[in-house]
Amino acid sequence: MSVYNDSNADLLTIELNLLLEGIFLKYGYDFRNYSKAHIRRRVLSRLGLSGLETVSELQSKVLRDPDFFKDFLEDLSINVTEMFRDPEFYRSFRENIVPKLRTYTYFKVWHAGCATGEEVYSLAILLQEEGLLGRCQFYATDFNRKVLEIAKEGVYQKVDMELYERNYQLSGGKGKLSDYYNSMYGSVMLNKDLSSRVVFADHNLVTDGVFAEVNLVMCRNVLIYFDKTLQDKVLSLLSESLVPTGYLCLGTKESLKFSKVENQFNILDDKQKIFKKKLNV
Amino acid sequence: MYKAIVIGTSHGGLEALKLILPRLEKDFPLPVIIVLHIGDHNNDVFIRLLNGLCSLHVKEAESNEPILPGHIYFAPPNYHLLIEDDLTFSLSTDEKLNYSRPSIDILFESAAWAYKRELIAVILSGANSDGANGMKTIKSFGGKTVIQNPCHAISPTMPRFALKIAKPEIRLNLEDIADKLIELAYSKGVDN
Repeated sequence: MSVYNDSNADLLTIELNLLLEGIFLKYGYDFRNYSKAHIRRRVLSRLGLSGLETVSELQSKVLRDPDFFKDFLEDLSINVTEMFRDPEFYRSFRENIVPKLRTYTYFKVWHAGCATGEEVYSLAILLQEEGLLGRCQFYATDFNRKVLEIAKEGVYQKVDMELYERNYQLSGGKGKLSDYYNSMYGSVMLNKDLSSRVVFADHNLVTDGVFAEVNLVMCRNVLIYFDKTLQDKVLSLLSESLVPTGYLCLGTKESLKFSKVENQFNILDDKQKIFKKKLNV
Repeated sequence: MYKAIVIGTSHGGLEALKLILPRLEKDFPLPVIIVLHIGDHNNDVFIRLLNGLCSLHVKEAESNEPILPGHIYFAPPNYHLLIEDDLTFSLSTDEKLNYSRPSIDILFESAAWAYKRELIAVILSGANSDGANGMKTIKSFGGKTVIQNPCHAISPTMPRFALKIAKPEIRLNLEDIADKLIELAYSKGVDN
């Protein structure tokens, strides 16, 4: 049990800020503008598991022990995802974006914050069914190298497939999800041709610059962990990465409303958060 | 003075909320923030229903939104709802807790840090143990804790767990909860 309660909450805030500052200075990962409630929850849970009493003790261990930091980095990143998550989004993608993509002979897609890759493969399946995967150069990035390795392998747990199959059907899938993977024991392996057009790469939205100039950016359920300032910064980066009339796809609870880039985009689907960059920005 | 009310409920919750929320009048001084487990479905239908019944403005909580009196906020389905220290909302797609997303515990814990003793927490009818630990934290921070009497709840499990783990101060039948919330909301000080 940690030593923190309502009487020393201010001290906890100070120690959390020092911890994030220390991580930035030592390792270059910048969590200083992340949601504080999220960070506090993860740090207190790590304290409980590690038997340490204070955040200052944790800070000392994080700064001196890179292996401990690696595990702690996992605590701070959110890697919960699923295939065809929010099926209506993929349905809207087919209706609103695919017809335009058909008019291109070649296009680039950037999935920023791809975590363990389930949504990368989902979009690759959709593009393949629409006959567009061969024209696509697909970049999938995350700051967490461990999850990128999982994404590259494309091996997932069989128990999740029932939900993913249901999502896939709701998303307007044209076949069966099982057409796209092979089962082996408790796992499934996604067909390799799905990732043949995908480059998985290490990129940090908070500290790195524009990754490439692309026709479409997917960045779903990443911004919700950022404060207003950081959201504006990252949205500007995403906007700069898009060609004029390029598409921006955010999570269903994310929005451009009140952001600095709001007037750079038109809304294509307000509910599924699909935006189109204006021609003259 | 209390600054906010948080409510957690699942099975039987909508029925309970339909009795409580319409009783809060237009000038009710506190925001009401609610986790109601409804599975993956969207909130639109019951938010519209409650808006028809309530004087307060019922809506889904949005990322970065400032929390204001006169509003009843619901956690969006499939997202955890957290309260930041600057009294804005944030959302998370973190793992489920107590098989639940949104989780009442996650809302309650973050609310405890943000509001400390100036918080009222309520657990109503529900079918699992979510919320009990969060309520315990709120109580230890000096917040006021209220449960629906489990004997009369459609689903007694949730208030029963809260009773056992958090030992809340106030246990009431459903029809008395609105009056209590109004009394607390207009009370002068936070007593101990």
